[in-house]
Amino acid sequence: MAHRKHARTLVAVALLVGALTAAGCGRRSTHASSTVTVFAAASLTEVFTSIGEGFEADNPGVEITFNFASSSALAGQIRSGAPVDVFASADAATMSRLTDAGGTTGAPTTFARNELVIVVGAGNPRKITSIRDLADPDLIVVLAAPQVPAGRYAAQILEQAGVTVTPKSLEADVKAVLTKVTSGEADAGIVYATDVRAAGDEAVGIAIPEAANVVATYPVAIVEGAPNPAGASAFLAYLTGPKGQATLASFGFGRP
Amino acid sequence: MVGGGRLGHRTIGCGAVSDALEIEAQVRLGGLDLAVELRVAAGETVALLGPNGSGKTTLLRAVAGLQPLDAGSIRLDGVTLDAPATHTLVPAERRPVGVVFQDYLLFPHLSARENVAFGLRARKVGRREAGERADRWLERVGLGTVGALRAGQLSGGQQQRVALARALATEPRLLLLDEPLAALDVGTRAEVRRELRRHLDGHDGPRILVTHDPLDAYALADRVVVVEHGTVTHRGTLAEITAHPRSDYVGRLVGTNLLDGVLEGTVLRLSGGGVLVVPNGEAVDGPCLATVAPSAIALHRDAPTGSPRNAWSAAVAELDRFGDRVRVRLDGPVPLAAEVTAAAAAELDIRPGDTVWASVKVTEVKVYPA
Amino acid sequence: MSSRTTRDRLPLAVLGLAALAVGFFALPLLGLLWRTPWSSAWDVVTDPITRAALWLSISCSLWSTAASVLFGVPLAWVLARVEFPGRGVVRALCTLSMVVPPVVGGVALFAALGRRGLLGQYLDLWFGLRLPFSTAGVVVAQTFVAMPFLVITVEGALRQQDRRLEEAARTLGATSWYAFRRVTLPSIRPALMAGTVLAWARALGEFGATITFAGNFPGRTQTLPLAAYLALETDPDDAIVLSLLLISTSFLVLVGLRDRWLGAAASGTGRSVAER
Repeated sequence: MAHRKHARTLVAVALLVGALTAAGCGRRSTHASSTVTVFAAASLTEVFTSIGEGFEADNPGVEITFNFASSSALAGQIRSGAPVDVFASADAATMSRLTDAGGTTGAPTTFARNELVIVVGAGNPRKITSIRDLADPDLIVVLAAPQVPAGRYAAQILEQAGVTVTPKSLEADVKAVLTKVTSGEADAGIVYATDVRAAGDEAVGIAIPEAANVVATYPVAIVEGAPNPAGASAFLAYLTGPKGQATLASFGFGRP
Repeated sequence: MVGGGRLGHRTIGCGAVSDALEIEAQVRLGGLDLAVELRVAAGETVALLGPNGSGKTTLLRAVAGLQPLDAGSIRLDGVTLDAPATHTLVPAERRPVGVVFQDYLLFPHLSARENVAFGLRARKVGRREAGERADRWLERVGLGTVGALRAGQLSGGQQQRVALARALATEPRLLLLDEPLAALDVGTRAEVRRELRRHLDGHDGPRILVTHDPLDAYALADRVVVVEHGTVTHRGTLAEITAHPRSDYVGRLVGTNLLDGVLEGTVLRLSGGGVLVVPNGEAVDGPCLATVAPSAIALHRDAPTGSPRNAWSAAVAELDRFGDRVRVRLDGPVPLAAEVTAAAAAELDIRPGDTVWASVKVTEVKVYPA
Repeated sequence: MSSRTTRDRLPLAVLGLAALAVGFFALPLLGLLWRTPWSSAWDVVTDPITRAALWLSISCSLWSTAASVLFGVPLAWVLARVEFPGRGVVRALCTLSMVVPPVVGGVALFAALGRRGLLGQYLDLWFGLRLPFSTAGVVVAQTFVAMPFLVITVEGALRQQDRRLEEAARTLGATSWYAFRRVTLPSIRPALMAGTVLAWARALGEFGATITFAGNFPGRTQTLPLAAYLALETDPDDAIVLSLLLISTSFLVLVGLRDRWLGAAASGTGRSVAER
């Protein structure tokens, strides 16, 4: 009697384990071939959303899903095996780290450039005019963390300008820097020119002198093991094609 | 146990010129409307008897300071403790009162000694002195050896004694006890009751004892006040009250039958419809109460002949056996409980639902005005 | 040969599921240990940035635990003992941060205590007090998410407690404060301990509200969780070591959570002695 009862519970437990395993067996390519998953740098949020709409209009039946975050965070997720079709990074270094690890198919293509500027709140309340003003210890300056592309660019710029800044915070992505400035929490930060443009009235950009400035190059690549390689290629074609480039330009990005 | 109350060796009774404790309490709590007037003299123990929910515990709590009055006043030694009319309310912690609670409410995280010393420490007595006084009190209640034990490690009787020592340690003027023996088993109860009496005798101020057990009232109190549904129904010594019960509760309490009706000469017309012939003379015509001891009722299978002038037919409702006696509850125009020996009951061969004849001698019926 | 005994026959199905649950929690930790680059681990741990993050995590979490106790116990007392209209709403309000995503909490703190916040603007104007980007801001963010754990635990215990013990104390001459100190507090001590430990562990692991409200700067606001998150972007190995460090610290804190505290926290304590 006891044996039978034990056997039954064992079977039940085994079935439960089996079900859990089957469910957790990872994602097979179950999504329709009409979805393209794109991971893109935070600074591409507005422009890629617009490009996505154009792409979908041109390719009915195809749906694009975006994930915007700092390039380095996204690269990390891709390396961990996230199912992604296309990766667009805000700097070449992050992309090459991924490529070196075998995370991409084919060579990356540069599809846009961007400049960095100093961003201040609407109306420039602290009357900042040049990059030297950022060294003022009374000013609350916020930069992106050195682990993310925008942070690296900012560090480079400050070094090239010979200005020492003690930021109050090193944010996890460039959009967070922008938010801190537009909300009035910080007096100034260094972000992409396109970010300031996207912020409209809430932010004012102050140019960084050519000599000190860096140009951010944006590479894009198809991810190794992409669930939808055809869709990925189509998106890349659109991005580097006339429509995509026009949209990029309209948002303030430079030509590749 | 009717009659034979405690012979007080004190000469204080109610109506003394300056009673130590004067209560005129009105409290509305839940569904209860309490309105009680009570006076207790110094050195006197008054027992509050009553059924559950009658308000006796509420009254005790009001005197202790745990329940504010809605109207009336409480005065101790001339000092007003609670008088809503003048917005006077002395909080419990400032009243010179000691309370022994029904569940003892010993502090579980403290030892017996620390429990007893608690009141002293709370009144800023130094730790050493409080400990010594606690030790002395524990000795007095016979617990000299268990001072270090936690409450949970003590027996029921020991816990009761610790609770008493704790209440007495602060030497309160007023002592309140709420069913102090209720949680004890029968064997322990008798012994503890004796000791409790000893301690109460040694206490100077007024004392109120709430109990549902008339034995407690008998052994420990000088006077009894019965509270039912928020009002006082009986006052006096236990003997006086049990001799003339005025309510069903007291009637059942002392194990006697209580009937009410209207007296015309020697005939008492009961409110239930029946009729009893009663002795002449004592009571005047009008509404009256009558008591009949259960053992004074005789039961017969057939209609009895002989001297009893009160005989009636009744249906047997219930049989209760205890010891060698059987209590037979009778329904009918004269609802009574009769008590017969087990042998007699067996001979009669009665069962619930049977019809029997009951008789009682006229002289066994006591009548008094309602 | 029957393995059955009349007592203590453990139900197999329950044991099986429980074992799966333990595995579920142990597996990530084991995976972490398996991936740890032990050769470089020591260097990462002794790196000044790491030490700054660890020190900041520990000191801020202790401060926020202290604040949680200081404010949380009276709050729990009021919620348990004082009847007032809207008590349920107040309780929900005070424990909201337990269920709301921490980042959302950070955003809210921002809106209230930021430089242009509802209260923050006055703090800045009148006192020159700026919470964002400061260590105090970290403590504020951590307290915001950790205090409810303590409040819930202590309120539960206070409700379970036999109020009559306090009455007994009062009849013995104890003022409300004395009765609270000598009768109530000792009886809720296990729940208080459990609540404190839980609050501390929660504060230690706090990330979302901290990074949103206090920002991220090594030595001032970069707690260990923040350091681990950022390390993940460029150096996963470093992130693993930092994660392990954080997990070990929290583990040590939680291991100190005694059985009897948890039992008492759940069911209340201080039952009256006379149990029949």
